[in-house]
Amino acid sequence: MAQVTYLEAIRLALREEMERDPTVVLLGEDIGVYGGAFQVTQGLLERFGWERVIDTPISETAIVGAAAGMSYLGLRPVVEMQFIDFIACAFNQVTNYVAKSHYLRGAPVPMVIRGPAGGGVHGGAFHSANPEMYFVHTPGLKVVYPATAYDAKGLLKSAIRDNNPVLFFEHKFLYRRIKEELPDEDYVVPLGQAIVRRPGRDLTIVTYAAMVHASLEAAGRLAGEGIEVEVVDLRTLLPLDRETIVASVQRTNKLLVVHEDTRTGGIAGEIAALVSESAFDDLDGPVRRVTALDTPVPFSTPLEEHFLPNAERIAAAARDLAKY
Amino acid sequence: MAVDVVMPQMGESIFEGTITKWLKKPGDKVERDEPLFEISTDKVDAEIPAPAAGVLREIKIGEGQTVPIQTVVAVIDAAGSAPAAAAAAPSPAKTPAPSAPEKLAEPTATPSPAPARGDGRPVRSSPLVRRLAREKNIDLAALRGTGTGGRISKRDVLAAISEGGARPPQAPPSATGAAAHAALEAAVPRERICFGRYEVQPMSVMRQRIAEHMVLSKRVSPHVYSIDEADMTRVAQLRAAAKSEFEKQHETKLTFMPFFVRACVEALRAFPVVNASVDGTSLVLHGEINVGIAVALEGGLIVPVVKNAEEKNFLGLQRAINDLAERARTKKLKPEDVQESTFSVTNPGVFGGLMGLPVINQPNVAILAIGAIQKRPTVVEDAIAIRSMVYLTLSYDHRAVDGAMAHQFMGQVKQRLETWSEEIL
Repeated sequence: MAQVTYLEAIRLALREEMERDPTVVLLGEDIGVYGGAFQVTQGLLERFGWERVIDTPISETAIVGAAAGMSYLGLRPVVEMQFIDFIACAFNQVTNYVAKSHYLRGAPVPMVIRGPAGGGVHGGAFHSANPEMYFVHTPGLKVVYPATAYDAKGLLKSAIRDNNPVLFFEHKFLYRRIKEELPDEDYVVPLGQAIVRRPGRDLTIVTYAAMVHASLEAAGRLAGEGIEVEVVDLRTLLPLDRETIVASVQRTNKLLVVHEDTRTGGIAGEIAALVSESAFDDLDGPVRRVTALDTPVPFSTPLEEHFLPNAERIAAAARDLAKY
Repeated sequence: MAVDVVMPQMGESIFEGTITKWLKKPGDKVERDEPLFEISTDKVDAEIPAPAAGVLREIKIGEGQTVPIQTVVAVIDAAGSAPAAAAAAPSPAKTPAPSAPEKLAEPTATPSPAPARGDGRPVRSSPLVRRLAREKNIDLAALRGTGTGGRISKRDVLAAISEGGARPPQAPPSATGAAAHAALEAAVPRERICFGRYEVQPMSVMRQRIAEHMVLSKRVSPHVYSIDEADMTRVAQLRAAAKSEFEKQHETKLTFMPFFVRACVEALRAFPVVNASVDGTSLVLHGEINVGIAVALEGGLIVPVVKNAEEKNFLGLQRAINDLAERARTKKLKPEDVQESTFSVTNPGVFGGLMGLPVINQPNVAILAIGAIQKRPTVVEDAIAIRSMVYLTLSYDHRAVDGAMAHQFMGQVKQRLETWSEEIL
């Protein structure tokens, strides 16, 4: 078994699903000849040909609309957004058409829209966004955001096999920074299941994507101070794994939610409400949040570092909450 | 806008304070920085100024109550906001007229009031703590909270459960309601203390802090004692001759204390390890010589500090000592007046003690006790003479200071006193 990066894990998932199922097709800008802006689809055109790896015009709304039509005709399209920020151009297609199709017409849309999201790479306001919450707020969709190479592969396979439209967020900061050994055999990670990345008794951090790593780093630091932090990686934001969140809070009695998304309207607010509704009598302190600031993602390096949460800020908030 | 008034932290090692007096009533106007209440801590008594201008809406902690630092003791409706206390406020829970402040402690507006202590103070806890208390039948009012601002947290209630449930407040109850600190626990069970006819007198905050500090010091520092005797005849004659002139010229009393402090300063310069603190496996040698002077008060004592004694001349030392002693007795010391001592002096001699074996004032490593100055028959060069003699005792921390150094240090103090040459006028 070789070490596989987060990015390579995504490519492997695409390749294996295309091998397994001839109805899986890819659409996107420069995904064929060029191999994709981040080289995720590199080599797939050569392997599967023009009909299954389709370079499209620069029109996100047309790509998603075409993919929806293909799905009606029995295909399982996987659409790449060159940067997930540009999904805003296809917002109407995704939220009004794709998300409601099964509900309104009995016509499921088994498609995946995937693309690089997140900051920390100095990409500026158009290339660093975390727009997941627009879609978490849209019934009819599923929203996935993995933190590890293993999950990236297993969750993308599940997403492709799912009969619902799935938005698959890939954190571009993690693309080449993390790697791990993956099983040789076919495996999937089921959608809608969070995982406890690190057990602890003093407080729970619920997080996802790149912030899983920052939170684990913070938890490691705090362990040296005698504070045992449990880190829960959501993996799927919609449907939300409420049981795992609540069970963890019932163990630790304190909750810190961490996300890279901006603060207002981020999933931390939803989780705080969930815990308040389902586990109020288990709380030994207020639910706290560590998030990005409510601004566009700054381009300037020092400003972006100030904007993003990091292990230090997470540790400070967790320390304070543990003491509460 | 409501502004919380909190119990301030009046020094690094202070964790709670007692409200001794409220200077304003609910409904009174207050100016920013106007004295609002008086507190007593283990180190100082002080007036606490209002943090904002406005109207005092509510007093949450009554006189005589002891609370942890940062506890909200009152609420001020800051100027510019609706003067809730002035108008006929719609809230029915407000303003039970000009009754005693203590009665206002619990405003009773919430539909399901939080459990309250016997003194009416609400217990701060959490949903989890309240559920556990319900399930295990724990009386939260009897627990001591260790969370932020004295909140009862999960660990507090779990500790109570593992001890078999919170015991009711112990009888005979302590007047301050403060839980017994480990340092103050009785050495034998209460049944064996409370027998026959007796009266239980609660310790003041100061008494409790002294007790804690003494237990701590005895536990931490292995005390050793060196006793020496100094001939004070020369100093006594000098003082007697200069006293009236000194007091006329400088308008301050001339005592023996600055002689001893001056002698100590010289000796501390020669033996910097005696002017030090122990920090784990390190010795912290202080660059300043700050001499704590024990001052007896009614019901306790306090140790204000003469800062930078090494930079003061004789008159400066005497003035500083008199000033600190006066302010100690009139409760006008500031927190900084009792901090950062590097060495201490105590004077049991003024009460007639022949000699004393004092407990080290942490974090010092040594304290000098001065016995009574008495005329005694003494051998001087094969003759018996009547001399003014004093016993000097050094208690020192054997972790830092050994006997050889202690006796050399004392030898310097003694020699300096016996051969005094400094002008004092």
